[in-house]
Amino acid sequence: MEQILANGLYLGAQYALIALGLTLIFSLMNVLNFAHGQMYVMGGFVTYTVVAQFGLPFIVGLLASAVVLAVIGAVCERFLFRTVIKRSKREESTMLLAAGIAFFLDAVILLVFGEKQRGVPKIVDGVFNWDMRLIMPYDRILIGALAIAMVVGFILFMQYSRTGRAMRALAQDRMAAQLMGVDVDRYSMIGFALGAMLAGIVGGLLVTITGINLGMGGPTSVKAFLMIMIGGAGVISGAIAGGFILGMMESIGLTLLAAYGDVTYLAIFATLLVFLAIRPQGLMGKPWG
Amino acid sequence: MQRRTFIATAGLSLAFSLTASVAAWAENATLKIGFVGVTSGPAAAWGISNQRSMETRAAWLNELGGVQIGDTTYNIEIVAFDDQKDPKRAIAGMEKMAQDGIHYVVGPNVDDGAAAVRPVAEQNGIMYFPYAFPKELYTAPASNAILGMVANYQSGPAIYKHLMETKGVKKVAFVAANESDPLSQRDSGVEAAKALGLEVVSDSVTYQVDTTDFTPVLLPVIQSAPDLLVLSGVSPANAPQLIRSARELGYTGLISTETAQDAQVLQEGAGELANGFISVGGASTPELASDAMKEFVERYTAMFGEYNDESNTKVYALEYIIETLKANPAAIDNVEEFKKTMDTFEAANPFMVGDAKLTYVGTSSFGQKRQVSVPLVVNEFQNGAFQTLFVAKVD
Repeated sequence: MEQILANGLYLGAQYALIALGLTLIFSLMNVLNFAHGQMYVMGGFVTYTVVAQFGLPFIVGLLASAVVLAVIGAVCERFLFRTVIKRSKREESTMLLAAGIAFFLDAVILLVFGEKQRGVPKIVDGVFNWDMRLIMPYDRILIGALAIAMVVGFILFMQYSRTGRAMRALAQDRMAAQLMGVDVDRYSMIGFALGAMLAGIVGGLLVTITGINLGMGGPTSVKAFLMIMIGGAGVISGAIAGGFILGMMESIGLTLLAAYGDVTYLAIFATLLVFLAIRPQGLMGKPWG
Repeated sequence: MQRRTFIATAGLSLAFSLTASVAAWAENATLKIGFVGVTSGPAAAWGISNQRSMETRAAWLNELGGVQIGDTTYNIEIVAFDDQKDPKRAIAGMEKMAQDGIHYVVGPNVDDGAAAVRPVAEQNGIMYFPYAFPKELYTAPASNAILGMVANYQSGPAIYKHLMETKGVKKVAFVAANESDPLSQRDSGVEAAKALGLEVVSDSVTYQVDTTDFTPVLLPVIQSAPDLLVLSGVSPANAPQLIRSARELGYTGLISTETAQDAQVLQEGAGELANGFISVGGASTPELASDAMKEFVERYTAMFGEYNDESNTKVYALEYIIETLKANPAAIDNVEEFKKTMDTFEAANPFMVGDAKLTYVGTSSFGQKRQVSVPLVVNEFQNGAFQTLFVAKVD
């Protein structure tokens, strides 16, 4: 049981961080960023390049991922999403744009970083072993703790900083925020950059454990959408809850259902179908949007 | 004045030689060889190593002046189609090859794609070289598919037997991704292990290919205490993570797979934890690689920036097609002629040292020669490189 809980917490922490960026962008701009997984992959490859190719410390790689992805996010918002949102009232226009960016990033990643699985050396050696009841490598403990710290930092930033307050105002009522003097364009761009940056940071963190490859983008986006469906779209606390719930469900399912084959995600999807039929807005979402 | 004359002469000579080489290129006919396989998504490494191997070899042959088949000299053109590991796309790809008049296609890379293209290939007179293991593709009445590598039901028993004899392996566990290829490879591996008298202690654990933490996946497998953990059909992307998780969970036994892997990927993803990992390789171990193979690796690296060890096997398919066509030029647009030639075909293997031959095999597995003969090289990973554990022959 200890092992299941520890695995669930570790998975939940990384999932929550992935979902945060996605839900932030959705809450600010009503955009479903289908390219979120590709941004995660891009972040992983940037860290890999800095650490494994240039031989620089891991923290430099992580910072590089954050900066590169923030710039990519800002550019996407400024030159693509802002233009499309202004010219088209149809919500599917931004969805198609996001899907197009996902394909584009996939192609760029293939061209720049190649098709192979990449990884960087472990940042901490050794395994924590509590009498075979709980086994957890130290690097996972560190990455899990970092992910939780970043989630907390993000909440504090959104709660107490001027930029965070402006973005929350924007998410609650775009028109009212504009009338109160919030620079909507500026904070939308900052929000998108922050969301992309979070994806990049998770990619950078996990490249030390899971490695990274070209094909991880799509499945990562699917899992991120699952989390915000569970927690409630556009709600920060919902994304965190969704991440930890999915992590825990995965951990429990993989342990208890192992004897029946790979039915964990089947069970998760079936549970989600029933849950959404009862509560379509998710745990913490509002039925009116 | 003399300097001017020299420059003018040199310029003219250069222009003439360029024109002559372009004319020589233009004079040659073009032989299109197709590739239908996965070059995007999680399994992209499989197809990209195929496509790049073909492109490297084609560029090399073209640089040498082309390939003479009968009285005609051809330049090789590779026509590639990304099936995205989707059988519907694989069918579309094979149809495109048929529309382009292509009779020889390498791929697809996976079982369902290879099975899906069979009717299109048979109706349009296309021979294809899948990297997929279902026996019905190669067993009569099927006759257009030629297995491009060593199948797991050929390599698996050889590996298990070797480990039983040399390491005293008695208990084995299998873990596979929840996809058709790995699952079928697991099933045949389990069958082979039982036939050899091994005790199978775990064979029901599977995982999603996009799993980011294999600790919970492997925990019940490791608790079954196997001597050998078989990663059935594992992709190069998942192998380092599985090895790492198994070792971190305290597993000290042997780990093996019947798929080809890449040394650099293992080193980056698992480091020294991957030491001792056993996998199936190709013909580029230092003991086996000929000068031509070494040059191929250099050319591939120069063209694409980095070599992929999977190409040690994938270098062969194009060579077999070209050499068989050389042996019977009538097969250039008639696959029935190609099939007739296969039974007696033999040519020098340029990628291996010694007097190794290119021949078609598979009679014992399929009842007919529908497999390229590549050496069954079983490697052990040690400190960032593969070391040859043993070499065997199929058939």
